[in-house]
Amino acid sequence: MNERMVQLDVLRYDPQVDDEPHFQHYEVPCKEEWVVLDALNAIKESIDPTLNYRWSCHMAVCGSCGMMINGEPRLSCHAFLRDFEGVIRVEPLANFPIERDLVTVADDFIDKLKRVKPYLIPGETRSIDEGEYIQTPAQLMKYRHFSMCINCMLCYAACPQYALQPLFLGPAAITLAHRYNLDSRDGGRDERQQVIATNEGVWECSFVGACSEVCPKAVDPAGALQQVKVASTLDWFREHLLPGDTK
Amino acid sequence: MEIIDADVAIVGAGGAGLRAAIALAETDPKLRIALISKVYPMRSHTCAAEGGAAGVIKPDDSLDMHFDDTVSGGDWLSDQDCVEYFVKEAPRELLQLEHWGCPWNREADGSVAVRSFGGMKKQRTWFAADKSGFHILHTLFQTSLQFPSIIRFDEYYALDLLLDEGRCQGLMAMEMRSGLIRQFHARAVIIAGGGAGRMFPFTTNGAIKTGDGMALAYRAGVPLKDMEFVQYHPTGLPNTGSLLTEACRGEGGVLLNKDGRRYLQDYGMGPETELGKPQLKTMELGPRDRLSQAYWHELQNGNTVSTRWGECVLMDMRHLGEKKINERLPLVRELAISYLGVDIVTDPVPVRPVVHYMMGGISTDARAATPLPGLFAAGECACVSLNGANRLGSNSLVELLVFGKRAAWSAIEYLQDLPAADTAALTARALESQTRIRELFSRTDGTESMSGLRKEMMDTMEKNVGIYRDHAGLQEAVDTLGQLRQRYRKVVLNDRSNVFNTDLFQVLELGCMLDCAEALTAGALARRESRGAHQRLDYAKRDDDHYLRHSMVHYRGSGAPRVDYQDVVITRSPPGLRDYSGGHQ
Repeated sequence: MNERMVQLDVLRYDPQVDDEPHFQHYEVPCKEEWVVLDALNAIKESIDPTLNYRWSCHMAVCGSCGMMINGEPRLSCHAFLRDFEGVIRVEPLANFPIERDLVTVADDFIDKLKRVKPYLIPGETRSIDEGEYIQTPAQLMKYRHFSMCINCMLCYAACPQYALQPLFLGPAAITLAHRYNLDSRDGGRDERQQVIATNEGVWECSFVGACSEVCPKAVDPAGALQQVKVASTLDWFREHLLPGDTK
Repeated sequence: MEIIDADVAIVGAGGAGLRAAIALAETDPKLRIALISKVYPMRSHTCAAEGGAAGVIKPDDSLDMHFDDTVSGGDWLSDQDCVEYFVKEAPRELLQLEHWGCPWNREADGSVAVRSFGGMKKQRTWFAADKSGFHILHTLFQTSLQFPSIIRFDEYYALDLLLDEGRCQGLMAMEMRSGLIRQFHARAVIIAGGGAGRMFPFTTNGAIKTGDGMALAYRAGVPLKDMEFVQYHPTGLPNTGSLLTEACRGEGGVLLNKDGRRYLQDYGMGPETELGKPQLKTMELGPRDRLSQAYWHELQNGNTVSTRWGECVLMDMRHLGEKKINERLPLVRELAISYLGVDIVTDPVPVRPVVHYMMGGISTDARAATPLPGLFAAGECACVSLNGANRLGSNSLVELLVFGKRAAWSAIEYLQDLPAADTAALTARALESQTRIRELFSRTDGTESMSGLRKEMMDTMEKNVGIYRDHAGLQEAVDTLGQLRQRYRKVVLNDRSNVFNTDLFQVLELGCMLDCAEALTAGALARRESRGAHQRLDYAKRDDDHYLRHSMVHYRGSGAPRVDYQDVVITRSPPGLRDYSGGHQ
């Protein structure tokens, strides 16, 4: 199988010894069908064992290996070397503090996921003995693609609003809330609206759509946020302009 | 050294660990639960499971049939009391996930849909497209967020269990961000740390599956059970090892050799079934061990296809059509296009068997309790003896749920009337554990490279402990692994930073894998028969007189492990013939 030398500039940072991050240059022989993650693994195995990054599944489902590759947020296990020419620049995901090398501090994202109550709050209670909730394929399709988010955080790295306003809940968290709001089994929308229909929530979004462009699973967070905005606006109209409607 | 007090500590936050945590929190909200994992929960390898989860729900099916399929699929090495409990609990657990929001595929009337899977006589595999494990994991993770008593310790690497007075009373773990070691004083511990497929070079398993949980228990004196049974999944992508789910064949995909022959009919799984009409429990829907063994024979007979990625057979799904493929196998299509450049809609995809799952693991009884008081285990790291000598596809996702919950309940029972811990004694043990890490950091006489030792281990496992084994090869592997464990004591740590030091964690993971590999190989050498996934060229037949027993491998420090045996629990199904001829035999 064909091999070629691939050059990478990788951002390095160890808070115990470095005042600030710096690039390190590597040259590593790679197979033509490899992804950037394979190149990093080859560096770690045979050139520099001190290089640090997260990864696990190598099939774009665990969401561990997001990083900036030539300035774009990508899963490194899904970024094929054949698509790049020249030196490949690899940096940790933008908009998150660097923990070490390509490893970012994910605390803020994890906290935000939890805040939107991303779990089923049943509309009607049902015991296990009563069997499953009936949900038609059409009802499933209403929310299914919003349930495909792998929490890789690429959309936060791409989001210009999150860069400016770190309090913004961000694309993945709001999309997850919307996923449950759209689920026919759920009755928790009012609770979630208190979190997402706020200035730190959906109204912070300027609808640039960068989140959907970088999403590796075609979840379309921008579409979800737009739907939330429309629905929240309708709520407002109902509450303020239609006094006869008890909501 | 900081001490963190908990009632129950759980090591591992994949499907089994999360299910256990939720069961603890629901049953007794006052319990303090420490959920410890070396990765964020949604990175756990449960996410990579594709096909689905088995549980009887349709009117033409029965618990007895699920029991029979599981026991014969496991070549009668399953404990039948465990299987009885499992098949009874399975539908309830899958319904519970449905009530928590799991997006199961549906029939037109809105009821849950099921699909065909290998070795199962009826359609009983619940699925969420071909991302079932992903949805199960995320549903559990998201559900767990509503319980304030579940305190997560994400990115903490577990180092050692803490034992005192013959009981497990906690563990040591390192915060990966800071390198700080913490003592977890816990009244009970549940290990849910996943499998160890990374002992092998070609595996569907993610990088994190390094047998850490198994090694924790093993080194603390708990035997590893039936470790020699390693499942090869018959259809992996030949370059990355990524899994192409069994649902490919459940939906009607067929396996072809270089002549276009559906060769499974030549290995006791025929006669050939009609294309596009998959028949349960025969041909492509035979069990994984038989399919992987058939591949090995085709390879020996020169019937495989030579590709740029090595020898392969072909899986043909073209006749399913684009619509069905997109609806039911979207991930498979995407994987094959991205990593292999093959569109399954228009071309057959080359595949070969790949290490997928450990049937063996930490020995537990049907209550998920290990022989060490205070220690419980569930999921792939455990061997509760559900899967016997060969696991049926779609049983393991349910195993996570059924026995994750069972471990939690057993832990709660155990906590009643437990004497208070001797904190000083535990701290003394903790200091011993800390010394081991300090020694690694201060070592100056290191000569061995981590990646070099790891490569030798993988090469040995691939060469000698694969689909077919014999005495000479296994003896060579035992010798080599013994030497590698000695050499490991001289391994060099290249990175001395305290912050997210993956060089350190890879060194520690390698130590775990070497211990697991040695236990596996010792069990394989001692088992002089062929059963399920353990096939010996020199002992080609199943030998119920001598080996209808679980192998139990005991840790003996730097010495070779000791192997003894424990009887299989048989309630109502005496050992019989595994028949995958579609009723033609």
